[in-house]
Amino acid sequence: MKFALDAETRDFAASVDEMLRRADVPAAIRAWNDGDTAAGLAVWGKLEQQGVFALLADEESGGMGATAVEGVAIAEILGRHGVPGPVVESMFVAPAIGRPAADAPVTVAAPPLAPLAAGADVASAAFHLAADGTVSEAELGDRERSVDRARTLAAATAGAGVGSADPVDAVNHGALGTAAVQLGLASAMLEMSVEYAKQREQFGRPIGEQQAIKHKAADMAIAIEMARPLLWAGALAIAGNPDAPAAAVRDVSAAYVACGDAADLARRSALQIHGAIGYTMEHSLGLYLTKSHALRAAWGSAAYHRGRILESIESEGAR
Amino acid sequence: MDLELEQSDLDFRAEVREWLEANVPAEPLPSMDTAEGFAAHRAWEARMAEDRMSVVSWPEEYGGRDCGLTRWVIFEEEYYRAGAPGRVSQNGIFLLAPTLFEHANPEQLARIMPRMARADDVWAQAWSEPESGSDLASLRSTAKRTDGGWLLSGQKTWSSRASFADMGFGLFRTDPEQSRHRGLTYFMFDLRADGVTVRPIDQLDGEPGFAELFLEDVFVPDDPSAQGNSGVIGDVDNGWKVAMSTANNERGLSLRSPGRFLATTDRLVRLWRERSGDLDARERGAAGDRVVDAWIGSRAYELSTWGTVTTLNSGGQLGSESSINKVFWSEWDIATHQTALDLLGPEGERADEKWQDGYLFALAGPIYAGTNEIQKNVIAERLLGLPRGNR
Repeated sequence: MKFALDAETRDFAASVDEMLRRADVPAAIRAWNDGDTAAGLAVWGKLEQQGVFALLADEESGGMGATAVEGVAIAEILGRHGVPGPVVESMFVAPAIGRPAADAPVTVAAPPLAPLAAGADVASAAFHLAADGTVSEAELGDRERSVDRARTLAAATAGAGVGSADPVDAVNHGALGTAAVQLGLASAMLEMSVEYAKQREQFGRPIGEQQAIKHKAADMAIAIEMARPLLWAGALAIAGNPDAPAAAVRDVSAAYVACGDAADLARRSALQIHGAIGYTMEHSLGLYLTKSHALRAAWGSAAYHRGRILESIESEGAR
Repeated sequence: MDLELEQSDLDFRAEVREWLEANVPAEPLPSMDTAEGFAAHRAWEARMAEDRMSVVSWPEEYGGRDCGLTRWVIFEEEYYRAGAPGRVSQNGIFLLAPTLFEHANPEQLARIMPRMARADDVWAQAWSEPESGSDLASLRSTAKRTDGGWLLSGQKTWSSRASFADMGFGLFRTDPEQSRHRGLTYFMFDLRADGVTVRPIDQLDGEPGFAELFLEDVFVPDDPSAQGNSGVIGDVDNGWKVAMSTANNERGLSLRSPGRFLATTDRLVRLWRERSGDLDARERGAAGDRVVDAWIGSRAYELSTWGTVTTLNSGGQLGSESSINKVFWSEWDIATHQTALDLLGPEGERADEKWQDGYLFALAGPIYAGTNEIQKNVIAERLLGLPRGNR
């Protein structure tokens, strides 16, 4: 029993983190918000070079054959930096439907749960996954704006069929990837809040000395740290448990709910700690806040996922 | 990364499960906060000790099985799963014992531990004082040097089960020139010694689970063979450091082992299966969400414990993370019991309802082991690096 990331994964995550730290992602997000995706796609190019989008694809199709555990470790880092574009769909869902993202970005819609294809403006390929598992090329409707200005949506309908996939497994991958990105976004918002509370003074003292501020930050840390083990377990359930699909459904949904709740709390608390400056686009908090808000129901509402868990624990022998 | 237990650990689980099935009393024991229940619980602990089941993580020479952390967690899971009695000796084995293993000398260990393992001595905490709760360093009890030992004086309060226990442990000021956390010493003392007055205090459930201790020149001899197992742990005037290792244990793994949460969640899920059919649609959706959230919380706690076990097994240490645990489980405990009581509806009000006792106990969670407000300050300052400032 060893419930921790191994050294290799930690090193890989650290190298991705280091690259993104140097890449000035906030500037890329701001440009993307204004319709210029070049800087953001340059970041995608660097991530592709590091093998991020080939991580979960099997080796026969040119991927690295890594498991979802490595996937969530890296996706959390991408979330922490707010990387724009269809990260979850390219990294997690495309390989799960047998369409590894050779030419990332790739987007996938899975109506009715996830009817809108995200990143429709930049995707080199778009797929449609039907409830019966039929995978087809997606025909995209009009481009629509998301509340996250760096995210473009389009309704998707089935076009020419290209294969089939296990729809539950695909949804699990979408939900798990979303959970990882949300956890990263929550961590980023906590980190920004702590930095801000240390330097921002009111009444001649840093606001971080105030217990009310400390407790908001502590509550965020508790939610984040207690959600991460669920994220790892969800990844393990997908990676190593083909015989226990019910356990995978349950653990992935638990991760989705807990990471989503941690992000909900982080948005509220981070904005409260920042005050009015956090409500402006002059400050970077908003870039992470709106991105996290947009992902709330990207691969199912919290109610849907709680319902999946309830079904699972209602059956005898759930544990 | 994996969550797979080794075969030898699974064998251990099977052995513990079998032993518990054969030995756990069929009828629940009376409350350990009554004289009768205390005696019954003491007898249960002695029964466990006969088969080396009372302190499995201790070295064999003191009555344990030398189990590592992994098996200790497994033992706790099985213990709660079996619905076995609450541990009347928990303050000794979970709070004092780790401190002794870290700071006591071999002679003290040989004398004290086997008696603790058999519950020959049941230990009570003497931490809190009037006006001194989470701010432990503000305590006012003193220990003065005398011929051949020390004289303890002062007042301790809210001491769990001290009404019936044999021995107490806590901090006393040995250097009156020093203030706050300096100049304190960690003492063990006999609750039946001359000069000790124990006044029981009824808790919310009406049972004398707490007691107040009045100490008037209570003699603690230097000679270890005299007066029970009293004495000093660690160095004189260094009691704060010694005590802090105990505090982390209380907040972290030991007192609220994941086994308790898993067992409580299993009971809640069973209750949901029995009751949800009777709920109308209005109640069902909201209650179902809360049952799910309770399940998610216990799963998170279980998994985070395995993460901690991994860290500790590979040489890491438990630090301020224990404060995260403490806030989490104490809030979870209340929410879960409230959910169960809501499922029971008006019937839940009955005083003999197990959920009702559990709820009252859970209410104390955010208060003891350092209030949650104090824990959140610890998280903010030590983990996140926010400035201490004036309080």
